[in-house]
Amino acid sequence: MPAAKNRLNDFVLKIANVNGTGSASANGLLMKSFFRMGIPVVGKNFFPSNIQGMPTWYEIRITKKGYKARSGTVDILVAMNAETYGDDIKEVAPGGYLVYDSTWPRQKTLSRPDITIIGIPLAAMCNEEYSNPRLRILMKNMAYVGAVAALVDIDMAVIRELISQIFASKTDLVPANMKAIELGHDYVKANFTCPLPLRVKAMNKTKGHILIDGNTAAGLGCVYAGATIGAWYPITPSTSLMDAFKAFCTRFRVDRSTGEKRFAIIQAEDELASAGMVLGAGWTGARAFTCTSGPGISLMSELIGLGYYAEIPMVLFDIQRVGPSTGMPTRTQQSDIQICAYASHGDTRHVLLFPADPGECFDHAVAAFDLAERLQTPVFVVSDLDIGMNDWMCKDFKWDDGYRPDRGKVLNDEDLEKVENFYRYLDVDGDGIPYRTLPGSNPKGAYFARGSGHDRYGARTEVGDEYQDVMDRLLIKWQTAADLVPPPVIRRAREKTKLAILSVGSCDGAVREALDNLARRGAMLDYMRVRAFPFNEKVESFLAEHDRIFVVEQNRDGQLKGLITIETEVEKDKLISVLQYDGLPMDSRVIERAIGEALAKEVAA
Amino acid sequence: MSFIRKPRVPYEGQEVNALGRTRADYEGFMSTLCAGCGHDSVTAAITRAFFELSIPPHRAVKISGIGCSSKTTAYFLGQSHGNNTAHGRMPSIATGTQAANAGLHCIGVSGDGDTLSIGLGQFAHAIRRNVNMLYVIENNGVYGLTKGQFSASAALGAKPKKGEANVQMPIDPVKTALALGASFIARSFSGDKAQLVPLIKAGLSHKGFALIDVLSPCVTFNDHEDSTMSYAYAYQNLQPAADADFIDPNREEIVTDYDQGDIIPVTLHDGSKILLKKAEEDYDPRDLGRAFDYVMRHQEQGQIVTGLLYIDETLPDMHEGNKTVGTPLVDLPFEDLCPGSDALASLQERYR
Ligand SMILES: Cc1ncc(C[n+]2csc(CCOP(=O)(O)OP(=O)(O)O)c2C)c(N)n1
Ligand code: SF4
Ligand SMILES: [Mg+2]
Repeated sequence: MPAAKNRLNDFVLKIANVNGTGSASANGLLMKSFFRMGIPVVGKNFFPSNIQGMPTWYEIRITKKGYKARSGTVDILVAMNAETYGDDIKEVAPGGYLVYDSTWPRQKTLSRPDITIIGIPLAAMCNEEYSNPRLRILMKNMAYVGAVAALVDIDMAVIRELISQIFASKTDLVPANMKAIELGHDYVKANFTCPLPLRVKAMNKTKGHILIDGNTAAGLGCVYAGATIGAWYPITPSTSLMDAFKAFCTRFRVDRSTGEKRFAIIQAEDELASAGMVLGAGWTGARAFTCTSGPGISLMSELIGLGYYAEIPMVLFDIQRVGPSTGMPTRTQQSDIQICAYASHGDTRHVLLFPADPGECFDHAVAAFDLAERLQTPVFVVSDLDIGMNDWMCKDFKWDDGYRPDRGKVLNDEDLEKVENFYRYLDVDGDGIPYRTLPGSNPKGAYFARGSGHDRYGARTEVGDEYQDVMDRLLIKWQTAADLVPPPVIRRAREKTKLAILSVGSCDGAVREALDNLARRGAMLDYMRVRAFPFNEKVESFLAEHDRIFVVEQNRDGQLKGLITIETEVEKDKLISVLQYDGLPMDSRVIERAIGEALAKEVAA
Repeated sequence: MSFIRKPRVPYEGQEVNALGRTRADYEGFMSTLCAGCGHDSVTAAITRAFFELSIPPHRAVKISGIGCSSKTTAYFLGQSHGNNTAHGRMPSIATGTQAANAGLHCIGVSGDGDTLSIGLGQFAHAIRRNVNMLYVIENNGVYGLTKGQFSASAALGAKPKKGEANVQMPIDPVKTALALGASFIARSFSGDKAQLVPLIKAGLSHKGFALIDVLSPCVTFNDHEDSTMSYAYAYQNLQPAADADFIDPNREEIVTDYDQGDIIPVTLHDGSKILLKKAEEDYDPRDLGRAFDYVMRHQEQGQIVTGLLYIDETLPDMHEGNKTVGTPLVDLPFEDLCPGSDALASLQERYR
């Protein structure tokens, strides 16, 4: 066994478990312990589309440099699921460690000459300590937390404090949990040389940061934006967004004395209905939203077209998962980019926002409502499972108390008194955005919304010119939208370069890490992350400035690349796809390898 | 513009309502339906009901799906907001509207195709939520707008003008609504204004989901001799279960003491009353079992019972169930919705 070099605050810990055994809280505890010691972390949960008894993994990358993506390697693997021992052991990097429950004799498969195997009788210790069968299972998880703490030198005071906070309302559970942690901890201390060369040491790089998942952040954003109505149909991985909205509304929007709610959450019968409810509410003047995933977008498409043509604000969160069809519901992908961009029949195009992390989920949620009302159109926040369901380290969220919702061009009763005539679809200001009124307002503002052909005055029409006039005005609105959406984020290389990466959403962390590594090897690339569709001038000029652009995204067909080719002036052959679509969060090595190879070929040629 | 506003010619002695408004204030654009279409009579009845209830037109909101029937929301309440949505999706859009602004009088108009085929799911779930709205089905047994195919309400064996007889069982919206637990279920006929207008008024005043299934013949595709949805068939086979008199406390003094055996008084949420004159002794629209039995028994005899067939004023509507505040959600000030920066700062401690 080669002696591992000391590696401080830079390794990957992965825990293999069986789902439904309560391991999530143990893994969360480990993740938070590192975070509280001031060390940046990346957490990824790999879970099955199943409720109990299937394999599940949790990966924690301890990264002193503060990278945001997976590193692609595993240094310490805690193998708690006998069924996956065989595969798990293969994943450990040479010089790494495998921790397993030695209560039962070790299988032959569980050995490798180039790694260290650490056996701890976790089940045996817990069976001796606890009599309740459920408790035995739960505490086994806590015992490995203690073992890992001893192995990598986690500050026990941090763990103790976390336990007391987690069980603040159930203090009687504190001793049992602490006891289990100590069982694991003490056994390891007594039987192995601790800590391992892979270890942690407190630093100060998490101050001003939180650990939060994107769905929670988006749900919170909806509350802050003043959304009052959420209509949805349960689907992984979007469900936790509505759960978060509900939890925050329950905390902030329930009258203490009467129990009355200043919000309504409607669990619809399907996604068609949830889209209809959001449209009805948006048309009536409430800020309303839905959250869903790809299968839901397919169903909603019919009414998204109505929202586009009748010009009704609506906000949709698409937490993308692996398609097509039911696909892999608990794996991540960016494969709804094009369906969201063009959802529904006829000529439709929709405003999309692409958050890259939970911080942007919060900000984009608020921006989405402003844009939807300003532009009177459906607006999508296109997130994904990786952002939505994993805990990310983000800068503290900020809120400006001076913020007021942009309700867009709504004429109230007073405004209506002043105008001579109100015509719903007339472009008064030349920006393609007409004025609207809300049901219940002054009769002068009454109008008839419709998904059927209408002219600029709002009257039904089957006259070609009148129909076309409205469709052309919608294009002017689209141009207005391009100036209102968040601009791309651009990172320049140290040296001037004609090479670039173009990417989107949750690829960001992996791209940034790849850029660092490529630069170290002498490859200089600029980077642009688009944050919205339509693409504006900044996107165009970045594309024009570069000769070779690697488009990094998580789908098979290069959907972003396709959208860029259709919707910008870029010459198609400048774009080279770098794709990962296996359902796992993006990993920087894929990018480094692809770009490295492409550049090497160029040099050779 | 290709729509025609109805001429508004004021004249002496014109009938006005409690708001001092005339019938014309409740009318919409000129209908473009076939002359004699049952749907136009329903439009007239709706116009009359809103007028008589003295509802300020702009406080009403009209939602519809797609079909000849769904077009009619353009033909009444021209001073109200309307939304002619997508085929079969009226219920969800009406639900959203109601969720956002519970202060509006919401009327949804649909057809038998719109409700019983493509929209059956949304129809059922609007009932399940007890959305506070009046839901009118203008039922003609066919898809008028797509030129006369049978709809799901066509009777078994019904013969079209041309082609083969219908071999599938009909879906009866009344029985469906009874089974689903709707809180107000009525059936009527476009040709019976005396029955229909008070029913619409009662449905609008009912707090919860009020269904009126209106037999509304399609003169172009389903009014022939063999049709079971024709004017002639309706006149011969309709059987009133109860005549509803709608009494508005704001306009009429309630003097009668009702419990006279064959009259059942039902007080609605807003204080108005319906007096039901029963056609039969054993009938009670507050008793679900008997209502079902009554509808079934007459159906077996080839009769279609009309009138207010079932009512439950106690069922909580969507907002009551949700415990939503009394102020419509659209009217809540932003300050009451956004927790602010201090709350955000303290909330984030949880995520460290
Ligand atoms: C998704 C979709 N499919 C089909 C149609 C075509 N379509 C328009 S109206 C209609 C049937 C309407 O029947 P009904 O609701 O009974 O109304 P009626 O015309 O009889 O009053 C159909 C199938 C459509 N508009 N949308
Ligand atoms: S086709 Fe039938 S339903 Fe449609 S307008 Fe004509 S008569 Fe009425
Ligand atoms: Mg019909």
